[in-house]
Amino acid sequence: MSVNYNVLGLVFASMHDSYVSELTKSRTMGSIPFGGRYRLIDFPLSNYVNSGVSEVGVITKSNYGSLLDHLGSGRDWDLARKKGGLHLLPPYSQTGGIYKGRLDALNNIWGFVEHSNAKYVIMSNCDVVTTLNFNPALKQHMENEADITLIYSKSFYDGEKSNCATVLEFDENNCLKDALVAPQIKGECNIWLEMCIITKEFLKKVVADAASRNQHSFTREILQSGNKDYKIMGFKHDGFFTRIDSIQDYYNASRLLLDPTKKNALFMKNMPVFTKIGDNGPVKYGLESNIKDSLIADGCIIEGTVINSILFRGVRIGKDTVVKDCVLFQGTKVGESCSITSVITDKNVEISNAKVLTGSETYPLYIGKGGKI
Amino acid sequence: MYSKKRVVAMLLAGGQGSRLYALTKNVAKPAVPYGGKYRLIDFPLSNCTNSGIDTVGVLTQYQPLVLNEYIGNGQPWDLDKMNGGVHVLPPYETQSGASWYEGTANAIYQNIGFIERYDPEYVVVLGGDHIYKMDYSKMVDFHVANNADCTISVIDVPKAEASRFGIMICDEKKQIVDFVEKPKEPKSTLASMGIYVFSWAKLKEYLIENENEANAKREKGEPWSKDFGKDIITSMLKDGQRLFAYEFEGYWKDVGTLDSLWEANMDLLSPNVPLDLYDPNWKIYSRNNNYPPQYVGDNACIENSMISEGSTIDGTVDFSILFSGVTIEPGATVNYSIVMPGTVIKSGAVVEYAIIGSDSVIENRAHVGSSPEKIENRDKWGIAVVGHNVTVSAEKVVEPKQIIGENI
Repeated sequence: MSVNYNVLGLVFASMHDSYVSELTKSRTMGSIPFGGRYRLIDFPLSNYVNSGVSEVGVITKSNYGSLLDHLGSGRDWDLARKKGGLHLLPPYSQTGGIYKGRLDALNNIWGFVEHSNAKYVIMSNCDVVTTLNFNPALKQHMENEADITLIYSKSFYDGEKSNCATVLEFDENNCLKDALVAPQIKGECNIWLEMCIITKEFLKKVVADAASRNQHSFTREILQSGNKDYKIMGFKHDGFFTRIDSIQDYYNASRLLLDPTKKNALFMKNMPVFTKIGDNGPVKYGLESNIKDSLIADGCIIEGTVINSILFRGVRIGKDTVVKDCVLFQGTKVGESCSITSVITDKNVEISNAKVLTGSETYPLYIGKGGKI
Repeated sequence: MYSKKRVVAMLLAGGQGSRLYALTKNVAKPAVPYGGKYRLIDFPLSNCTNSGIDTVGVLTQYQPLVLNEYIGNGQPWDLDKMNGGVHVLPPYETQSGASWYEGTANAIYQNIGFIERYDPEYVVVLGGDHIYKMDYSKMVDFHVANNADCTISVIDVPKAEASRFGIMICDEKKQIVDFVEKPKEPKSTLASMGIYVFSWAKLKEYLIENENEANAKREKGEPWSKDFGKDIITSMLKDGQRLFAYEFEGYWKDVGTLDSLWEANMDLLSPNVPLDLYDPNWKIYSRNNNYPPQYVGDNACIENSMISEGSTIDGTVDFSILFSGVTIEPGATVNYSIVMPGTVIKSGAVVEYAIIGSDSVIENRAHVGSSPEKIENRDKWGIAVVGHNVTVSAEKVVEPKQIIGENI
């Protein structure tokens, strides 16, 4: 993939943290572990890198220690560059305190955006997981000379189960008619993937306008109020995606990856998902191990039974233990003769011998970071 | 630029590894895959980093393409340094002509210029075909404490096996008094591990002397050689230099043959073998492919095995090592075998007591290898080997001991 210096990528690493408050207690949205060896921010970063975007700014808000640790210099995404590369943009607001919305955040980092030679800006959140090459959308954006191109997917939507999805309506010319946040409807809808391409000159104008009016919500001020004045268009993404709005969503989204078709749609050969390298040994299966329908990351040592589960790096499962429908984060240690079902364990949880823990499919049991049982 | 280093390591990676046959057809021996996600060279390189040696010259000659790409800028081993780091050193041309590396000593001789740039006190000479975890800094300390000119690391081997190795005879202070290559009647069981520490000034002197003597012999039509064990060590001993044996305790395995490569992999599955790949304080680093975690399907049956990232397992796997990106289809069986990266074992195929190279395909119902119990004449039994990028067509049989380098 050759490098496209015309595009600057921005990642909002902390958008919607409060929806998964259990998992963001000691981290931010972007550093939530996902898919056995990844953090949510790996998906937008890899999408940029695989699309040839090599200048990326990561906008943080709070609790971003684990994010900094994960990203380092950006080397594992090939973003430790002299020209472009990864830039961490810590929170700061000219009006005091932490920024309030996307427009406020952009206003505060505008110096960084201005300094870039790019003509286009792509923005992504971390709460939508998908694999996407931005180049077709970028081509459409340039051909239409649009101000904004919103990337969406057609998918089933249920207002009762969604916290914050934005549903988009387009007219026959593919121009935005309306954007509704968490509407109480049910059926096939255009769901915004929280990604868009924006022409930089246009973005500069609206960010400055919003600042002068003390407005900060991108969705409300631009997508909802501005759709008549601006050329806002849509680009449909047909690939696999999943949204993480709550811990139940997180649990369901994780287990979607146990379907090989969906897993292969997220992890494509020509679009590798990059992440921090752990240099763990291969997975070691013991003499009486029994594994079915599971995703298992390197460094695990498994002596027991694992069914329908996702095991992150370095998980240990003792003899005669049965793990079913679980998501076990990095470094979880489960002793011998345990039975754990529908459980999410955060990092470095230890469960001693002969424990029985049961959550439910619709409401998984969550055990916080470093918990000892 | 100031670039002084106390210790520089030189890694001899130019050997062909001809006894690995099909597995080293297009790949230098140090780049041969091992242990589920590693290549042989990961062990000496990781040992260097973990021992605090940050300047390594890798001497390449035979089929260097894969090895060069793999080493790259050395980043996976933390050897991408502003000063020092890993350098691949192929043979080169000078005003007086070009020559291949004519032996292990000559390879170092031709790179005296590289070593001198760092003005080191000590040079560590390593091979690229052994599996072990070793703190070279302790060996350098031992070398310094003994005021030695050369220190050779040795391991105590069973008496019955001693005649396969270079054997050191030492006094009670571990000073080497004699050295015999592959003796018929060994007088000691201390075998050379092919790891040397030299005081650089002394080594340089002997490299130049060996080079001049060997060239003089060649001109006269006499037999000559430019080899570490045979020439450098022998002359140092003859001249009464201080040579010491540094006794290593731990796992060390030569993987120069197909049988030993298979055994060294199987050792990882034995709880009694002291080679820990999960020690966070002495990691073995390797270049990563960015594969997703391995997926284990509904039909899978896995026991006592090691499997790496990006693999899809839906068949039966028992006592085996599977590398990254391997696919085992439903109804396929892999027992007591090593399957290298990217290989596909299709439905109904059976792989037993075998090594399958990378990016190969074993088609439906093909049968590779056999368990020793099924063979009446034990002399006919051995590991079956399929090379890299080879397809074994449906229903074909690869017999034990057979080595397949082309599609069948």
